Amino acid sequence: MSPLIEVRGLRYRYEDGTVGLNGVDFRLEPGESVALLGPNGSGKTTFALHLNGLLRGEGSIQICGLPVEKQNLPAIRRKVGMVFQDSDSQLFMPTVVEDVAFGLLNLGMDSAGALAKARAALETVGMSAAETRAPYHLSAGEKKRVAIAGILAMEPEILVLDEPTTFLDPLGHRSLAELLAQLPQSKILITHDSRLAAALCNRAVFFEAGQVSAEGPVDMIVARFGWDLAWERSKLRS
Amino acid sequence: MRHVVVDCWARGSSLLHRRDPRAKIVALLVFLIALATTSRGLPLFACGLLLLLVAALLWARLPVWGALVRAGIVLPFSAVFAIVSWLAGDPARGASLLIKSYLSALAVLLVISTTPLPVLLRGLEGMGVPHFLLDVGQFLYRYFFVISEEAQRMNQAAAARAASSWQWAVGQRFRASAGALGVLFARSYARAEDIHRAMLARGFQGRFLLLDATRFRRADLLFTAFASLAPVVLRIALDRVSA
Repeated sequence: MSPLIEVRGLRYRYEDGTVGLNGVDFRLEPGESVALLGPNGSGKTTFALHLNGLLRGEGSIQICGLPVEKQNLPAIRRKVGMVFQDSDSQLFMPTVVEDVAFGLLNLGMDSAGALAKARAALETVGMSAAETRAPYHLSAGEKKRVAIAGILAMEPEILVLDEPTTFLDPLGHRSLAELLAQLPQSKILITHDSRLAAALCNRAVFFEAGQVSAEGPVDMIVARFGWDLAWERSKLRS
Repeated sequence: MRHVVVDCWARGSSLLHRRDPRAKIVALLVFLIALATTSRGLPLFACGLLLLLVAALLWARLPVWGALVRAGIVLPFSAVFAIVSWLAGDPARGASLLIKSYLSALAVLLVISTTPLPVLLRGLEGMGVPHFLLDVGQFLYRYFFVISEEAQRMNQAAAARAASSWQWAVGQRFRASAGALGVLFARSYARAEDIHRAMLARGFQGRFLLLDATRFRRADLLFTAFASLAPVVLRIALDRVSA
């Protein structure tokens, strides 16, 4: 079976000369979910932005067999749903339902079809009651759910989630983790939360200085790099 | 974050809010032409138009006093030209300029307070305004909120560190404001880039598409007829009385 994502030798340099990615190889198999771990600035988000064609580096990227090239971008953006770290960047329409329908209308769907799908996506994330509210009136957890609904409505095969639990309180964190666990799509999860990574992913990839420095089962990678907040807490208490 | 009052007003659900944007645009244009072409008997005509606008504000369930105050935002600009006319020995022209600019601003405020901007732009599109201009309008609208929110965040951060510019000398204030504006621009630019990326990620191809296609109903036709005829009939009636 061909991989959902296949990346070979991906390199990217920002306009100011900073090296973002320095030869990344990566595969995502069907049904698999992978956590991207690593320090801030190690290239995780830069890598994720390439999967949707939002950044273009050197090397090859194939999404469900399609090379990431200009003519394939509409199809690729339908297959890869990207949930950004800051929901305020993702929500820009006047009401929640219009925001969720935004991607569907861009895909060429008519208003009635887009409305029905947007409502179904809002129901999936438990936000039906907020349909007519303005996104900027929602709490951080609600915004995140609406942002996820906007992606789910487009029925992607792969979800890319960039630190989805940022700004969430413990209850919102738990509730979002439960929601994500129910979603059938393959996931790429960028996170610093090793427990969330272990709960949602089969595998972890560790980024350092724009490169993949290790990959394997989540527990093994977390232990190898000391990537566990519980260790920090016990250290601080002692 | 606090949001622009007019934008909140536009989210109402009164009968006036529900009218097709094209109906409101046509009525506004007729209103502005009727006002701009009036010279004889302007004070009385202006009172009549003001009453019409106040009635429309009440119908739209908008705060009348708040709208009357906000429409005054044009007065400092028109006052400059009014003063020039007055100094040139034509005080009547100056007064006429003030009255007309204020009533025009109030009429425009009424339309944008009862029509969310994306819907208003869709109405303009239906009337043949080029897409390019409308998309620029839509982006300006979105990024205005981005800048406003960034400015509020910076203001909160400054207040949290007990910054109070009132104690500073003018030069210090100028330097601090210039620095803050530079930072505001850089932060807004970065945020706007994030938003644009998020839009592209959901297939944005350069044109905003709305969920509800506007439909011109019989009620919109009646509204257009009434709202367009009202200022015209008022002006004709006043002309006949004064003749």
